[in-house]
Amino acid sequence: MVEHTVHATQAVVTLDVALPGIIWGWMITLNMWAKSIGTGVVLVGAFLLHRHHKESMPNLRWMMPLLAFVALNIFLLFTLVDLHQPYRMINIFLHPNWSSAITVGAWMASLFTGLITVMMVIGGGDAFPEVRRHCPLAKKARANSDLYERIFPFVVFLAVPVTLYTAIIMAESSARELWQAPTEMMQMIWAALLAGSATLIFTSARWSQAARRDLALLLAVATFFSFMMYMGEYFFSFKSAEVEATLAYVHSGGVYNSEFWFGMVLGFVIPFFIAVGYRRSSNDTLLRFGAILALIGLYLAKDVWLKIPQMLPLS
Amino acid sequence: MKLGFLVDLNLCMGCKGCEVACKVENEVPLSSWRLRVKYIDIGTFPDASRSFTPLRCNHCEDAPCERICPVSALHYLENGIVNIDNSRCIGCAGCMMACPYGAIYMDPETNTADKCTYCAHRVESGMMPACVVACPVEANIFGDIDDDTSHISRYIMEHQGGVQVRKPEKHTNPKHFYVGGGNQTLNPLAHQRIEGYSLFNNITHLDAIGDKNHGVIDRFLAPFTAHEELDNRSFMDFEPSDEREGGHK
Repeated sequence: MVEHTVHATQAVVTLDVALPGIIWGWMITLNMWAKSIGTGVVLVGAFLLHRHHKESMPNLRWMMPLLAFVALNIFLLFTLVDLHQPYRMINIFLHPNWSSAITVGAWMASLFTGLITVMMVIGGGDAFPEVRRHCPLAKKARANSDLYERIFPFVVFLAVPVTLYTAIIMAESSARELWQAPTEMMQMIWAALLAGSATLIFTSARWSQAARRDLALLLAVATFFSFMMYMGEYFFSFKSAEVEATLAYVHSGGVYNSEFWFGMVLGFVIPFFIAVGYRRSSNDTLLRFGAILALIGLYLAKDVWLKIPQMLPLS
Repeated sequence: MKLGFLVDLNLCMGCKGCEVACKVENEVPLSSWRLRVKYIDIGTFPDASRSFTPLRCNHCEDAPCERICPVSALHYLENGIVNIDNSRCIGCAGCMMACPYGAIYMDPETNTADKCTYCAHRVESGMMPACVVACPVEANIFGDIDDDTSHISRYIMEHQGGVQVRKPEKHTNPKHFYVGGGNQTLNPLAHQRIEGYSLFNNITHLDAIGDKNHGVIDRFLAPFTAHEELDNRSFMDFEPSDEREGGHK
């Protein structure tokens, strides 16, 4: 555990109760990781649609909401499963406390998932006109195809706070000083862009070369800035005794030290060089490999950053 | 009225009477505590001393647990007590992540968050908290800190300069004060935790919060399989739960 005692006093706890271990564990890591994908594909998709004709990315219109839908449902599932009283989740809607970022986030994420579902149904209906031709829902979706374009700007706008609210939850966790709102917000945004670009790389086989290069560029930029953020926090967050103690514990070695550096190298360093190299080599297989590494590394980095401040004895 | 608590560590002799009284009064389950007394040995033989620090919820004026609770299960009473309505709690553990004092636990029987309420149910009836009554040396002082004539206010006035709170840098404005404390006793980073500090075993950390046998599937099946006394259906209860002030029916 983490202590920072004064040697001269030789102060030692000689009788106490067992302390809680990790409170928010892998389910919350998975929750954050999946949400990064869910909002990231929308943000990256919007960027690509702004830069390129949609004809150069033929499957983006239905694939983007589909990927977001799957990732958001994984996120919502693990949000629910992590609750010790999952059925009482409804209390967030019946008895909301608006000062809580958990409440605000739950409302926004639910609305976001609802809108993504509408876009997925419309996008899928348009992309596959032969599928379920006589289904009333499919008919209605195809008849309201323009709704997709009308709600898309709002969905992109909503993706930003949905990405960021977890950072505010972490900031509201006053007991964990490692998590500061500005840095966590930037980490979340970069994580979303990283996860979004890495995920869309798998669907980009039939896209134009220019669009794929933009995806690689986004992956390179996101991995670079994510890495910089983590390095800055890992080595230079020494203005608070608690953060210093937490990081000293990780710096001293152990499983979290290994996991952190695996995350950094796998998730950010290697994918960065692969993505930068793609502009010259155009090796799609290598880029997909880099995308896989980025997603794995992002999970490891988030996992360490979630757990290490929980190693601190609070009392 | 703003209720506060003061512990004079110069008087505390570590008898754990308050801890036991709290356990009994509030039926706190095994592996959980609302109030505990931590022993810290300072110095080396022959210049060694032992200090005793009772630790409980600080009932902060700006309580991070109240702010982060998504369903207002944690809420303020008019007398300043940070109370918990565990029939509303969803078990997200946000409060456990937010409390800088580690004063909140996940009850392994109800799988909801719980904590010291300054015995709000007793206070409501005009009684003192159980730990105050049990203390043989009157080291626990409880009362209205808004009232200048109350015992606690006078005690604070008499010990000006020596009154401390835990982690003032967190800006939570705790309403739980200590007299006779020092960095070694009040700062959890200022003392070492060596394996085996528990009296009866070597367990230093719990491997799960709440009931460790209450797995993911059990959480969803609980309303249909649990014993009657376990409250897993109250998410259907849309009526205000005022009668449960203090967490007691």
